[in-house]
Amino acid sequence: MNIFEDAGRYTLLMRRVLVFPDRWKMFFRQFPKELEKLGLQSLPIVIIISIFIGAIMTIQTKLNTENPLLPTYSTGLVTRDTLLLEFSSTILCLILAGKIGSNIASEIGTMRITEQIDALEIMGVNSANYLILPKIAAFVFTMPFLVIFSMAVGLFGGYLVGVFSDVITTADYLLGIQYAFIPYYVLYSLVKSLVFAFIISSVAAYYGYYASGGALDVGKASTNAVVNSSILILFFNLLITNLMLN
Amino acid sequence: MIEVKNVNKSFDGNHVLKNVSAIFEDGKTNMIIGASGSGKTVLMKSIIGLHRIDSGKIEYDGRNLPDMRMKDIRILRREVGMLFQGSALFDSMTVLENVMYPLEMFSKADKTEMEERARYCLKHVDLKEKSYNLAPSEISGGMQKRVAIARAIALQPKYLFCDEPNSGLDPKTSLIIDRLIHDITVEFNITTIINSHDMNSVMEIGENIIFINKGIKAWQGNKNDIFHVDNKDLNDFVFASELYKKVKHTNS
Repeated sequence: MNIFEDAGRYTLLMRRVLVFPDRWKMFFRQFPKELEKLGLQSLPIVIIISIFIGAIMTIQTKLNTENPLLPTYSTGLVTRDTLLLEFSSTILCLILAGKIGSNIASEIGTMRITEQIDALEIMGVNSANYLILPKIAAFVFTMPFLVIFSMAVGLFGGYLVGVFSDVITTADYLLGIQYAFIPYYVLYSLVKSLVFAFIISSVAAYYGYYASGGALDVGKASTNAVVNSSILILFFNLLITNLMLN
Repeated sequence: MIEVKNVNKSFDGNHVLKNVSAIFEDGKTNMIIGASGSGKTVLMKSIIGLHRIDSGKIEYDGRNLPDMRMKDIRILRREVGMLFQGSALFDSMTVLENVMYPLEMFSKADKTEMEERARYCLKHVDLKEKSYNLAPSEISGGMQKRVAIARAIALQPKYLFCDEPNSGLDPKTSLIIDRLIHDITVEFNITTIINSHDMNSVMEIGENIIFINKGIKAWQGNKNDIFHVDNKDLNDFVFASELYKKVKHTNS
């Protein structure tokens, strides 16, 4: 299938998804479940990755900027800006594209091949809206919190390097992460995360919704969802960065 | 009543349904039979609207499905119940929640009334109360079929579609499911269409049988007529086993 056919089908699917639910009661029953599944259950991986990356980034930045001309606070500053600008939004979303994308694509794909989606359609339910909208809404709603959480935990990871090693002093690190802080970077990161959250959930839902065949095809749908949403994330990262930072 | 008139359907140049016309009557178990790949599933999916036909008419009591907009099709589908081959129960819900689901989506009743209706439907299909709070994966295939029937009749449909209702079931359970479908059809005066290649079902509940062969309606009749038909394709299909050859010999 070519890219234009995929884009067309994706657009048509989104037209069915992004409408008011048949029954708000059913939407609000699904929404908290999705918040828990897509948001809360992602917290452990966000914590683990952010704390380690924060720590590693601090060590590497320090080792690569061993220059008496550079101020001592520069390690904290670079760590903070890298976390804010790129890691906690883009890299975190690329990782979550694997976790959340495969989860959504395989769940909806399994419903497709076991005829559960056909059953919804036969009942007269807008299956795309009923199944996909709560997932997109929940993930887009959760993502900014995950990003802010990742920033905080990542910075804490760098702080731990100061506490448990002699790579950097905690005083230098704390000064660095506060120095020349630009709040706009947080806004930029949050805007990116919202777009990426929509891409991850909608692209994964698209591949799951149009899965056909058997278990093997659900696996393929999951893989396609992860690969294509990752490519789209990188593309939109470039686009948004150009628009907001250039 | 559902009337199919001159229906044609192709997939990538492969002409699957060729000018098929048939009438499916109220209060009767209408069966579509045919060998694998004959086009019977395509016919059923076309009647339900899961496939868009190339030409022809599919009239639900005078309402032509191919002319309808998606919104109207959704409204029509609220009058339709369907029993899928694999039951298609929602595995994130319990048995009771599965049956309550269409009521929650479309009825204005309060929760107690919905639960009462769901319990009534489950009782009607002879499902024990202790299984109501189990997940579909925790009950047997036969029980899953019963739950699927209960879900299909929860909104008191005018039309009931059954796709291979006996697939994967033992002969005794198959018989129970067949009788259940027949009894419900008669009791609620539903237009029931069953897609099957199970000859036991055909002999048990085939009140109006349509035989599809290579995309063409090759024969129409009932379970009594089938013994006296001079159609080689039909005889080869229905009386393929030694047992049925003997049954035919005895009957004719």
